[in-house]
Amino acid sequence: MQFESLSEFLAMGGYGFYVWLSFGSCSVILLAIFLSSLRDSKKLRNEVRAQMRREERIKKAKQQEQV
Amino acid sequence: MWKWLHPYAKAERAYQLCNTLLPYFAVITVVCLAVGWIWGLAYAPADYQQKDSYRIIFIHVPSAILSMGAYSSMAIAAIIALVWQIRNAELAVISIAPVGAAMTAIALITGAAWGKPMWGAWWVWDARLTSELILLFLYFGVLSLYHAFEDKKSAGRAACILAVVGVINLPIIHFSVEWWNTLHQGATITKFDTSAIDPSMLWPLLINIAAFAGFVGVVTLIRLKNEILQCEKHRPWVRELIGRGE
Repeated sequence: MQFESLSEFLAMGGYGFYVWLSFGSCSVILLAIFLSSLRDSKKLRNEVRAQMRREERIKKAKQQEQV
Repeated sequence: MWKWLHPYAKAERAYQLCNTLLPYFAVITVVCLAVGWIWGLAYAPADYQQKDSYRIIFIHVPSAILSMGAYSSMAIAAIIALVWQIRNAELAVISIAPVGAAMTAIALITGAAWGKPMWGAWWVWDARLTSELILLFLYFGVLSLYHAFEDKKSAGRAACILAVVGVINLPIIHFSVEWWNTLHQGATITKFDTSAIDPSMLWPLLINIAAFAGFVGVVTLIRLKNEILQCEKHRPWVRELIGRGE
């Protein structure tokens, strides 16, 4: 360990602002693109499910019309 | 010879391949990111000149390498899409581009945050920085071209052509520090003859590069899966897959 205490670790020898700005913005960007990709996937699945249910309903309605 | 590759041109097989590969990339990313960041931030020794500010290298260099690596893979996929008309390759281009743009943005932002304390300026119109900024615009260009066309066939072709043409920027970025007088320092890892970096710093750096590579893999695979499903959403195999709750 290069640092004696937590406050020393956070200070980064006086460069704390720049180091944490870098690591912070990096984390934000990585998380943002990861989560948005997952959200896209969820949205897409919900859309397909909704479409499948719609088709199911149409099919049922047509069957009842015939009866 | 290439016969084993052919089935992967089929969307369903490609989707399954994504599923198979995802856990490996995920493990590499999680493990390497945790080890690399803790090692780089807390255990690697401080630089004798730049003191603790140099720790930005552990995200700056990996993101910069991956910004170019992702572009190369995107361009290879674009060539495959253009020459052999394989749609999965086109989808791969569109899946890689946002991740590559994210890597480029990280490289630029961390570079700015490193430049301020070391050079005294957030940004200079230096050859390395400018060519990296152009790389970001190339990624944006590929994405916006793809989304500018209603017809996805011409959209894909246009985006692929731009991706291939933009490859010219990669050697410019790489050699910019040699061709021009730049403020940016020269290569650190790629000159092995006179090791420019001590092993105590090189190892965490390599682990971080692996972490970023893994991350690019994970997000590309997730996005590629999305793109494949989007294209194939009327096909029975997708219906069956989603019906099963996958």
